[in-house]
Amino acid sequence: MPQEANDRLENQPSFKREMLATLPSLRAFAVSLTGKHDKADDLVQDTIMKAWAKQSSFELGTNIKAWLFTILRNEFYSQMRKRGREVQDSDGVFTERLAVHPSQYGSMDLKDFKKALDALPDDQREAVILIGASGFSYEEAAEICKCAVGTMKSRVSRARTRLQDLLQVSGEADYGPDALSAQVTSQTQTV
Amino acid sequence: MRDGFSEMMMEKPSRQRSLRPGMGEEGLGTNSDIGVRLRALYGSVQDESIPDRLLDLLEQLDTIELQQAKNAARSE
Repeated sequence: MPQEANDRLENQPSFKREMLATLPSLRAFAVSLTGKHDKADDLVQDTIMKAWAKQSSFELGTNIKAWLFTILRNEFYSQMRKRGREVQDSDGVFTERLAVHPSQYGSMDLKDFKKALDALPDDQREAVILIGASGFSYEEAAEICKCAVGTMKSRVSRARTRLQDLLQVSGEADYGPDALSAQVTSQTQTV
Repeated sequence: MRDGFSEMMMEKPSRQRSLRPGMGEEGLGTNSDIGVRLRALYGSVQDESIPDRLLDLLEQLDTIELQQAKNAARSE
């Protein structure tokens, strides 16, 4: 084939490259949904396949992150429906990683936080993660979850209130080194 | 390919994030305890290296597609 045509192909804005850039965040979201790394990776794998198959419906340069999150989330809930409640064997959100690296964040005890996050209803946890950690706007998150923007806002707001209650902290940055570790040591860690 | 990949994975300061006015008000912004921990938790997974099987899959899909495109171009 002519070199020119070859160059043209190689230099195309790459769908693969765009997907690669989104994978770390997509995978973190998958872990938050499934609670397990191996299941999360299976889910990401299914998402890659699905996304690749329907890439013609995606316009390069537009919001691939929201598009991929939507595919992954749809895939997760459709698999859950197929499997019924069997999926509930989850150890909870982010468990494995934290079991391996419990003190990575020093005095800011994430294990404790993770427990509080696990105690939230699924829709609230998902909302607070998409807005607070994945970096989506309310509009984007609402589209990913197929709900109204107002619903998304109220889920986040309820999640935040609940987390503050569970952690007994205010919304401000008043966490001292021991403000939370006291709570942790008084709890039996079963993880 | 891995070098380009790790380059891409470098956390760039997200313009999007700082332009998001609602987050501070909703208590998930930079000064919020919950927001900070949420991002630390999420970030701990996000910072992991992507498993090879996922990278290999993408590579394979891309290779197949490129090959098909080249074949199509050749038959034109």
